Amino acid sequence: MGAEEVETADLSDKALVSAIREVLASAQSGDTDQYNELVQLMYIKKKKSGDDAMAQPEVPDDVDVVAQRETLLKILSHSVACLDDVHHNHLLQLILGTRIWDHKPNVIYALLDLIISLATTSGKHLSSCLDTLVSNLRSQPRKLDNKMLEVLSRVHAALHKISYLVPLAPSILLPILAQSMPSVHDKARLQVVVPYVKNLLKLENSSIIGKVVGKDILMMVMGRFRDLDSEIECDDNLQNDSSLAMFDMELDVAVEGTLVSKLLDDLMVESFNHLKSCQDAGRLDEVFENLFESFENLILNTQKLKFSQFLMFYACSLDPENCGVKFASKLLEKFLSSNNNQVTRTNAVTYLASYLARANFLSASFVASMLKRLVDECADYCRTCNDDARPEVHQVFYSGCQAILYVLCFRMRSILEVPHFQSQLTPLESVLSHKLDPLRVCLSSVVSEFLIQAKACGLFIVSDAFIFDDLSESELSRALGGFFPFPWLLEKSNSLISPHFIKRSEVKKTYEQAEVTVYGDTDNEEDSDDDVDPDNEMNKMSITPKHSVMHETERLLKMPSRISPSTSPRESL
Amino acid sequence: MEGLKLSEAELMIFIHPSQSRNVFQGICRELSSLLFQYNETFDGVLLAYDATVKSKQAKILTGLHPYFGVRVNTRLLLFDPKPKSFVEGKIVKISPESIHVIVLGFSAAVITDVDIREEFKYRVRDGEGSFVSRSHKRHALKLGTMLRLQVQSFDEEVMHIAGSLLPENTGCVKWLEKKSEEALPTDRDHKRRKLA
Repeated sequence: MGAEEVETADLSDKALVSAIREVLASAQSGDTDQYNELVQLMYIKKKKSGDDAMAQPEVPDDVDVVAQRETLLKILSHSVACLDDVHHNHLLQLILGTRIWDHKPNVIYALLDLIISLATTSGKHLSSCLDTLVSNLRSQPRKLDNKMLEVLSRVHAALHKISYLVPLAPSILLPILAQSMPSVHDKARLQVVVPYVKNLLKLENSSIIGKVVGKDILMMVMGRFRDLDSEIECDDNLQNDSSLAMFDMELDVAVEGTLVSKLLDDLMVESFNHLKSCQDAGRLDEVFENLFESFENLILNTQKLKFSQFLMFYACSLDPENCGVKFASKLLEKFLSSNNNQVTRTNAVTYLASYLARANFLSASFVASMLKRLVDECADYCRTCNDDARPEVHQVFYSGCQAILYVLCFRMRSILEVPHFQSQLTPLESVLSHKLDPLRVCLSSVVSEFLIQAKACGLFIVSDAFIFDDLSESELSRALGGFFPFPWLLEKSNSLISPHFIKRSEVKKTYEQAEVTVYGDTDNEEDSDDDVDPDNEMNKMSITPKHSVMHETERLLKMPSRISPSTSPRESL
Repeated sequence: MEGLKLSEAELMIFIHPSQSRNVFQGICRELSSLLFQYNETFDGVLLAYDATVKSKQAKILTGLHPYFGVRVNTRLLLFDPKPKSFVEGKIVKISPESIHVIVLGFSAAVITDVDIREEFKYRVRDGEGSFVSRSHKRHALKLGTMLRLQVQSFDEEVMHIAGSLLPENTGCVKWLEKKSEEALPTDRDHKRRKLA
């Protein structure tokens, strides 16, 4: 009895397959009556509000119709060789134009199987099948319940299966993904960007698709970050004054809670989570190489970016000893290579400086070794440069000097504790004293802070000649390039970035110990001293080159009133 | 395997001045951009190349774009499966309706049930499908089998081959090779009997 039932079912299936194939063949002969019935079965009643999954269809599909549709799709997936473009175009159009989210799960699974068969059995349908799958990823409902999450993973599985059976499918998929990426300027569809990027990152993680086009997917994602980043407005004052940005970005700065910034925040979280999962899967190293290439092509030479570059920063924080070191080395290499143009070299070293200064996951000894290389490079340049006095000719040199000063502003105290490092910094004094006069060209806020710290710790003898009463900024210093700005102004992703970032208020400066000696009475005295500045100036002029111990003590005691931690360097200018 | 051919070609490759520091690298980059694409000039899919530069002189193009042309001697490995030719690939999927094969790691070939000769019968064992010859039990087509198939058509855009297993000399490569080897001892035995 059981055997008979199985046999009956088998015959029944075969009979159905044969019947459908005969209908398809009949359509090719001109007999389209039964074929039209099949087409009719595939028509979907449209839901009124397609994006709202909670809405009920006006007229729910009959249960029998749903079952018949599922059966038809299953049979068709076994008969794709019988489908041809000309005679069955209508049916194919309906199948490939279907929005899968409108169907019951069982019908969806049968439909996906059919799409896989269509894509893999004939090259003709590959592109349109991939397009169907991508457009369904793009049109997924805003909120996904458990069943829909399963459907989503089935769509990804379908793309994976197709790519397994057709090795060049990922190459064909890539332009479809790029074309379907929601535009930054289409405000109505901005909310589609986040789930779409999430799907892209999932494809990047796929062992087959990611292997072929993972690099291009990351490039696509990074490009979208850059575009959104450029859309976000900050205070005009900050944008125009890079001096403020280097230090005072830590002051309260309001980024409007715009739709774009919220969107970017969500994208940041998704991307950071993706990088974390790459690390967990043991493939962060490979992803890092692709990510750096995207950074190099899209971010490095783009001005005024505030957030996009932190993809690199976060990736480095996940693997400080490998990726973290590599990022610094690659940037240094770009700075040193004379094959690169001046803008690229300048931007590379500025990013390097910001990275070395701010990344708390980098060891002091590593920062010290990178600084040594920068110092040596600048010292070499001083020895070999021509006598052209125009600052713009030496822009790369000045950007290198500023990088050194900037890193030392944040790290001077910790790296001077590195054994033997201070002696390695000796060439720096000759660089700063050189006739190219970098202290006069670099950003005054950086120079000022550097000099104060250097003097306090006795890094080298800070001659009075270095203390400028009125440091003027050159046009050139404003042109010095990108960096990792702070504070991080996106709410959700803040908890992922802040732990790895050295805030300026956290920096242990070399002159902080001196503040211990400050008392209220002393403050009053210092105020009094400020009132008689002209006399103080006279006293300065009379100081002999050989300082007495008493004079040194007096100088140190005078410093706190001008360099209290609560006061920004800007105010001391 | 048929479908592969080696061509020698003398090409003029136009190099952008930004590549002038390392011209050979520029040449390789240009040629690499043509890999795994059907090229009408070459009449096939470029799989590999070897290039040598003829001389150190190059011709500078006049006009708006200051490219310079470098004469290069190349040997090109091309893939161009003609209809009726035979190619080999690894089976990656078997179902009653079709056999899916990957040829040379990049080209997908499909043989549908109407193009599989009657000799082969589909069966399922331990959840895995396979086609087994009715005449020779050891001639089986399974997942991972290297398969020889006849090319019916080749879609150059997506590197897709429509294949056929109708000819007698198609099927499992290993089995076909063994079969052709077995023909020789039979001849020898026949001669031996003749002498006796």
